[in-house]
Amino acid sequence: MRDPSKGDVDGTESLTTGMTNDVVPWVDDLVAVRDTRDEAAFIRVFGHFGPRVKSFLMRTGMDAALAEECAQEVLVTVWNKAHLYDASRASPSTWIFTIARNKKIDVLRKQRRPEPEDLPWGPEAEPDQADVIGLQQESEQLGRALRDLPEKQRELIEKAYFGDLSHSEIADQTGLPLGTIKSRIRLALERLRHSMK
Amino acid sequence: MTVKHHLTDDLLMAYSAGDLPEAVNLIVATHISLCDDCRAALGSYDVMGGAVLSTCESVEMSKNSLNSVLEMIRTQDNGVQERSAPIKLKDDVLPAPLVDYVGGGLENVRWRSAGMGVKQAVLPTTKDATARLLYIPAGTAIPDHGHNGMELTLVLKGAFQDESGYFSRGDIEVASEDLNHTPVADISEDCICLAVTDAPLKFKGLVPRIVQPFLGI
Repeated sequence: MRDPSKGDVDGTESLTTGMTNDVVPWVDDLVAVRDTRDEAAFIRVFGHFGPRVKSFLMRTGMDAALAEECAQEVLVTVWNKAHLYDASRASPSTWIFTIARNKKIDVLRKQRRPEPEDLPWGPEAEPDQADVIGLQQESEQLGRALRDLPEKQRELIEKAYFGDLSHSEIADQTGLPLGTIKSRIRLALERLRHSMK
Repeated sequence: MTVKHHLTDDLLMAYSAGDLPEAVNLIVATHISLCDDCRAALGSYDVMGGAVLSTCESVEMSKNSLNSVLEMIRTQDNGVQERSAPIKLKDDVLPAPLVDYVGGGLENVRWRSAGMGVKQAVLPTTKDATARLLYIPAGTAIPDHGHNGMELTLVLKGAFQDESGYFSRGDIEVASEDLNHTPVADISEDCICLAVTDAPLKFKGLVPRIVQPFLGI
């Protein structure tokens, strides 16, 4: 298992040593990809997430060659859909997870994935920075809480996301602080609905 | 609108993980379109998925990986794009995911009679579960039935009542194998529901058991 006190070779130091920046790493890079098509920033995102997406896809049942091909496509989608990235609504790992998950459904289950109706975009062009930081920090905390779980419990959750386990066994006993994130998203939705009126 | 009956945590988590049959995904996505509570809960499960992704042991990408990806983004790039709301057909009864599957609004649903004034339309999904729209005239009862598997019923218009409660627009009933129930449409107006089953229903009375093959439910 990884030693959480040491960063990865590819520079994830701040991910594992706590919140040293105002905003979690990779947010700035994704925003740079979105706003200025910054290739250097994209290469950093690729370096960090590519190997994790590949690993994730292999755990869901793809062989290494297929996972490699799909991971590449996921990262291409990150570039192509960067204009949809909103840091007040998702951390980079959350957003990239949803793209990888959709790729998995597409390739392994060979089916469409119906998505909920889009919310209308609020009138403010730029999200409130405090919301961005709050959401990013809470997402980070959840990540740390997951890493800190006893191994057996963590494996249970991982298996659910890799599709190896029935969800009913674990959904309500994860012991993870999902409530704070849910409340934040709920408040953001209320504000959005309110501003639409 | 206040939704009172929500999705269960295991369904939200499985939807987030991408582990459900297409028909179940459809009803989950449709309920979330009508329910901010479940939308927020789903958001938290997506965050958990992101955390799982982040804790995955890295697996080395192949040597040419970065180069092929860079080549793809350079040849496909469409520049900086503005985020804009997609222009889609709006329907007062059918939320966007259903508009996609019906191929239009409520007037485009191809209803088939299922007897007793009840109409249904099966939607095109993978075969591991079935999604159907049900049209139940005001005051009509769907025969008492249990399930071999799960039955999810989401109200889109009107309301129905059964042994476990009163369900109106946006409410979803999650019925497991052991629930035998007789949903009755509210008398005030006709009821339209989206119903998803992962196995055929079991009717208790003899007559419904005989008509079941004709109803196709």
